[in-house]
Amino acid sequence: MPTTDYDPGSLPDLLPLYYKRLFPFSQYFRWLNYGGVTKNYFQNREFSFTLKDDIYVRYQSFSNQSEMEKEIQKMNPYKIDIGAVYSHRPNQHNTIKSGVFQALEKELVFDIDMTDYDDVRRCCSAADICSKCWTLMTIAIRILDRALREDFGFRHLMWVFSGRRGVHCWVCDEAARKLSAAGRSAVAEYLSLIRGGEDTVKKVQLSDPVHPFIKESLKVIEQRFEKYALVEQDILGSKESTDKVLALVPDEVRKELVAFFLIERNPVVRWKKLTAAVQVMATAKRGFYGDKEIMLQYCYPRLDVNVSKGVNHLLKSPFSVHPKTGRISVPIDLKAIDKFDPFDVPTISLICEELDRPKTAEEKGEATAIQTENNGEQRKVRDYKRTSLAKYVKLFDQFVEEMEQCRKGELLRKSGESELVLGSSACPYTDKPPPGESELVLGSSACPYTDKPPLGKTPLC
Amino acid sequence: MQFSRKIRLRPAEIEQEGLYGHCLQFYGQPPIQNISLAQFEQLAVDRLKLLKTVESLGVTFVKMSEQYQNKLRAEMAGLNFPVRADAPLQGSTEYEKRQKDHISHFILRLAYCQTEELRRWFIQQEMDLFRYRFTQLLSKQKSEFLHRNSLQYHTIEDADKKALMDKLVHSSYGSSGCSVEQQDFYKVPFQDALDLVRSRKVFLKAGYAYIPHQDIVTIVLNDFRTRLSKALALTARSLPAVQSDERLQPLLTHLSHAYVGQDYSIQKSVGKVSLEQIDSLSVRSFPPCMRHLHEALRENHHLRHGGRMQYGLFLKGVGLTLDQALQFWRSEFIRGKVDHDKFDKAYSYSIRHMFGKEGKRTDYTPYSCVKVILSNAPSQGDHHGCPFRHSDPELLKQRLQAYKVSPSGITQVLELVMGMHFQLACQKYFELTHNVEDAGFSLNHPNQYFVESQRLLTGGRELKREAEAPQRGQGPPAVKAASALPEHPSTSTEVAEDLDSFFQED
Repeated sequence: MPTTDYDPGSLPDLLPLYYKRLFPFSQYFRWLNYGGVTKNYFQNREFSFTLKDDIYVRYQSFSNQSEMEKEIQKMNPYKIDIGAVYSHRPNQHNTIKSGVFQALEKELVFDIDMTDYDDVRRCCSAADICSKCWTLMTIAIRILDRALREDFGFRHLMWVFSGRRGVHCWVCDEAARKLSAAGRSAVAEYLSLIRGGEDTVKKVQLSDPVHPFIKESLKVIEQRFEKYALVEQDILGSKESTDKVLALVPDEVRKELVAFFLIERNPVVRWKKLTAAVQVMATAKRGFYGDKEIMLQYCYPRLDVNVSKGVNHLLKSPFSVHPKTGRISVPIDLKAIDKFDPFDVPTISLICEELDRPKTAEEKGEATAIQTENNGEQRKVRDYKRTSLAKYVKLFDQFVEEMEQCRKGELLRKSGESELVLGSSACPYTDKPPPGESELVLGSSACPYTDKPPLGKTPLC
Repeated sequence: MQFSRKIRLRPAEIEQEGLYGHCLQFYGQPPIQNISLAQFEQLAVDRLKLLKTVESLGVTFVKMSEQYQNKLRAEMAGLNFPVRADAPLQGSTEYEKRQKDHISHFILRLAYCQTEELRRWFIQQEMDLFRYRFTQLLSKQKSEFLHRNSLQYHTIEDADKKALMDKLVHSSYGSSGCSVEQQDFYKVPFQDALDLVRSRKVFLKAGYAYIPHQDIVTIVLNDFRTRLSKALALTARSLPAVQSDERLQPLLTHLSHAYVGQDYSIQKSVGKVSLEQIDSLSVRSFPPCMRHLHEALRENHHLRHGGRMQYGLFLKGVGLTLDQALQFWRSEFIRGKVDHDKFDKAYSYSIRHMFGKEGKRTDYTPYSCVKVILSNAPSQGDHHGCPFRHSDPELLKQRLQAYKVSPSGITQVLELVMGMHFQLACQKYFELTHNVEDAGFSLNHPNQYFVESQRLLTGGRELKREAEAPQRGQGPPAVKAASALPEHPSTSTEVAEDLDSFFQED
């Protein structure tokens, strides 16, 4: 079991260690600086900290990486949120005439929270999660990632574990950062299929024509529905949950199914019957998708539109610690998404403990070699590599690296060298050749999960 | 524009042909002729009437539905605005109508450019009007419009169209293989087609929206909105010059106030409600949306953000002071999972924010019905929104039964809901629960519901601070309309004066 027991009371001791030796400041700065292309982009970025005793401070900003490091190491925040890039330095906003200080840009973000699925998962509720319901997150990531890349043409997406019961997505393309509030809300609405709150029983209604986006999303769900819903969640097992499912079909179908279910107890067979009954209706009454609607209601991603809408909305930072669970908000490897286990994510206590482990001979050799380079900084930088955090920092590094390559490619192209384009058209999740190859490469995104060829020319980098 | 004595307009002025050659325009060029003050006012008033009709039709009917279109056409014809897209220009009244359209638009710009709220309202109605008029155009007239206004939207190659055929067919309602083949498809960056993206009525690929010619209106609308928005900002800057003309100043002020109904942000009733009264008031005088929020709050000792905003602002409009509000929310949340400290840290800030004591210090106004119905739909765990709009009919029925509405009454309400007349449904609920034939007002704001209800129940009397029913011989609250006439009491004149201002509209 890779997790040392975490005790929230130990945060005041662990955080200083975490921020001094483990937090990946270098990559973090490179990310948020976006190549320094736009003046003051990093300096005008808002950060907010939640400190000990729930003290919350907004409008933090820093001049450079070094200042950020010092501040964070001084304050040891329990939680870090990232906000928007403003028109002026956030930490000076009080000096600016009201109405002039404005949020200008920010990554397009999405927040999927497991509690929003409470009405359709039986294994857990509220803040709890388990390996059974985590499938919902896997489904959500696959559906949304595909849509954001293929439909909207975005390329630089980072999916991050929120630390307890959900995932966040950071879309970092320039077009995404420049998107207006109306644009963000339009994207979020496009991606929303679940409508209604406490008072709505049937939350998904499909009618002809069924948009290609819905069809693609259904493909993802259909692959997993039997295992997730029929077996693990057992939605057609007990009477209570079966009734809930049956409440979603029209009366005629329900009567027939109730009778059938009296004799047939196997959930897979029951589902087949339901699908068949729906098919019959579909020929009589054109475009009836009762079974698909059920699958969507039970599995389709539920995102909080309000998080995505606002340009100035603050969202928990990657590599922030979750104060209640101790887990680090780590990036998720899309190439191995089905293997991601939220319970395997390192906690701050684990990685701090790993730091204190006696070094192996190899590590010692490496350490001395580096120290002779007269660079104590290097030792700090390498420290995370001794811990379970290593692979996640590597993912983060790859993400940032790819954006940098892309930017270089874009700059070259703009400056007229249209033949040799460095920069990744390669989807970061398949095994395409590394960036830097000299063939003519036009940017686009191949589907990260299959080997589909790039989609063709897009102006987006 | 120069204002002088009345000059007859000559349809034969050829130089205007260029401007009025098409019945629809982007209002790029301001009018340059002279008109009289009387005409100036008449044109403005007519257009304002039209825009107000656009607004109310938009809430009562589904936009662009047949009823909506018919009623709008009738209103336009009645006010002498251009209606027929193919009407000939010469030798008819069409020219004057187009000119009226042109001039009246620019006059209203003067009146509506001054504040963010006015601008937003004006743009919204002008857009809805434009949308209606654009959809009335024939395909060739649409193309002509695009051409006249140099809108560069690129069509896709046939080969590409073929490759995407299946996807294109399934992305827009009412299209088939045939219709896809026959019409042009425009490839537009998705940021320029947000309305289509939002409602998923368009095929998206690699950041581009593929729009059939028949749907090009949405793109054009976006363009229209951007232009108008910029133009209004510019107009606002030149306004001081216009306002210095004292003939125009009173007219423009009057025009811009005309649309603003009571927004219940001016709390004349501040401090007249006590916290103990809220439970009983919620049953008697709150509209169902707020009653439900209140019940959910009492039951769960919590409300999510959407609910806190909608209900919190409503209570502010009812007359709660900031201190009362803090006490109210704190006492309820503490019964739940929130302790004193957490409340002070997490929630009291946002309550003070609502009252304009934090952050931008905007004094937020309570939500109108339109706002509750159209924005921020509730999702899992939410209790806000409009029950007539956002609840399943079955659950709505159950709730009405729990609220003791008669079966025949419920049927009437549900019928209105089916017809998507949510505010009328709420009004009908008002009539049923207050036992009156006719509410006597046109419901468009939850606080209006409250005020009207109180007026009916207390005959215009002051809301007492004590918990018991109002004294002074009024009798039980649930009285029939006949006996609860909203006459002002003949008691202390001081009280009466307060009440007058409380109930009268500005």
